[in-house]
Amino acid sequence: MELILRGRPVISGQASGVALVSTEPLSFWGGYDYQTGTIIDRRHALAGQCAAGRVLAVPFTRGSSTTTAVLLEAVKAGTAPAAIITTAPDSFFALASIVADEMYARPIPLVVLAEADFARLRTGQRVEVDEAGTVIVITL
Amino acid sequence: MTLHLSPYDRSLLAGEYGAGAKMAMSVVVRMAEFHGAERLLDIEQAHIDSSIYMGEAGLEFAERLAGLGAKVAVPATLNVSAVDEHHWQEWAVPPDWAANARRQMAAYVQMGCRPTWTCAPYQVDLIPKFGQQIAWGESNAIVFANSVIGARTERYPDLLDICAAITGRVPAVGLHLTENRAGQLLLELSDIPLALQQDDSFYPVLGHLLGKVARERIPVVTGLQVRPTEDQFKALGAASASSGAVALFHLVGHTPEAPTLEAAFQGRQPEESHTITLDSLRAARRELTTATGARLDLVVLGSPHFSLAEFKQLAPLLVGRRVHPEVKFLVTSSRAMTLLAQKAGYLAALEAFGGKVTVDTCILASPMLPPEIKRLMTNSAKYAYYAPGMLNTEITFGSLADCVQSAVEGRVVRDESLWK
Repeated sequence: MELILRGRPVISGQASGVALVSTEPLSFWGGYDYQTGTIIDRRHALAGQCAAGRVLAVPFTRGSSTTTAVLLEAVKAGTAPAAIITTAPDSFFALASIVADEMYARPIPLVVLAEADFARLRTGQRVEVDEAGTVIVITL
Repeated sequence: MTLHLSPYDRSLLAGEYGAGAKMAMSVVVRMAEFHGAERLLDIEQAHIDSSIYMGEAGLEFAERLAGLGAKVAVPATLNVSAVDEHHWQEWAVPPDWAANARRQMAAYVQMGCRPTWTCAPYQVDLIPKFGQQIAWGESNAIVFANSVIGARTERYPDLLDICAAITGRVPAVGLHLTENRAGQLLLELSDIPLALQQDDSFYPVLGHLLGKVARERIPVVTGLQVRPTEDQFKALGAASASSGAVALFHLVGHTPEAPTLEAAFQGRQPEESHTITLDSLRAARRELTTATGARLDLVVLGSPHFSLAEFKQLAPLLVGRRVHPEVKFLVTSSRAMTLLAQKAGYLAALEAFGGKVTVDTCILASPMLPPEIKRLMTNSAKYAYYAPGMLNTEITFGSLADCVQSAVEGRVVRDESLWK
């Protein structure tokens, strides 16, 4: 079974991976260990989970403006999420993706989904993101 | 909406001001397109948070820009570094980390930024004025500039702040524009004892609660009966920008864009209203403590960086006393404030007490704490919020006097009388 969700591409790109989903916003500074891709914010529901190579779905970033730098480190270290899905355009994710493009020609695809569609995502689902912002969820 | 670029913008983008400025402008323009901005606007100054070394990519980004000849087009202060440049050897900082951090510091100085190395630039150098357009990084500095000074900045993230400084241009969006500075939610202080309102520890706790309730929105607080000091404003803002993403708050009767409730909301209605009671503040205060026992390894003050006024307040609490042999006592501050404190005679008391000062950085930005330090105490809500996750430590939040008393006794003690 496939579920096709029409989103809006913020930074276009193709990616696929296993979904890691939370309805809680996330700060990468103090929240993401770029050396391993692990979420380390103890107050966050995804604490202890590894987001490297996965399709990370969080509503938006929270707190520190250092999130962008941590995400750029993760791109260079190969521990960034394969794509990020949010419920609204997030300027910190956008900036990190744009600079990753300028520096390494490796932008992180970013897609915005309507809240009702975002709510259908579940951790563990196989997810594909395409350049048009379509999110294909393999539900089995 | 289409982005309209000025002839100067187009020259920057075409590389007429050099390859570094071209790269910076490309980032600024792509962010303007992301925001759907119609135009860019001039800034008068910048505060750069990208100066913190965190890894190879940030260093590579800084050295790429510097190597391409980029220079800041407006006066720019620098946020903390990842090391105390001249004293990192006294702590557990790995030498290769220190070497990279110092390379990153050099790259930003090479681009023409001022080596202020502080997260409280608004107490040190290039203090902006009411209504000025600025591009600031560092969440506590952003909320202070917008709320307490009435200067205008968006929340500039790392990597974009330096691009704004190099080009002198930013997207005309968000908090740069008057209409986006109106309050969104109302918080009314109800029956908060005056003695508590006058106490320093009230402000970080209120800020922690504010951030949790407001998240990324603009809160308007009414009912405050005392005029906060600059350092109380600093503690309030830093806390609200840690537990939430508050970039602007209005304190009716106390901050420049909120002479009245109507002015704070620009005549609009609040989206929602909340009452802040002593009970809700007690709960917020409890959240700032993760430690369970009384054991203590380190008392740390100064997030945001300690000011001259805070050194002045601390000194008499230390006279004739001595830190417990099993506890370390650390103040994090800027070079400028530390030098002023020394000239004023406030550092002598700290040294006699057995305390230390670290400048340029803090315990969150620098891997300076040895692993045996596990139990912290602080009067900073920002340290209290971030230390448990980032440093894998336990922390107790208390007043300045609690922190000193605990350091002397070698165990956590708190005076609860104001919170009963």
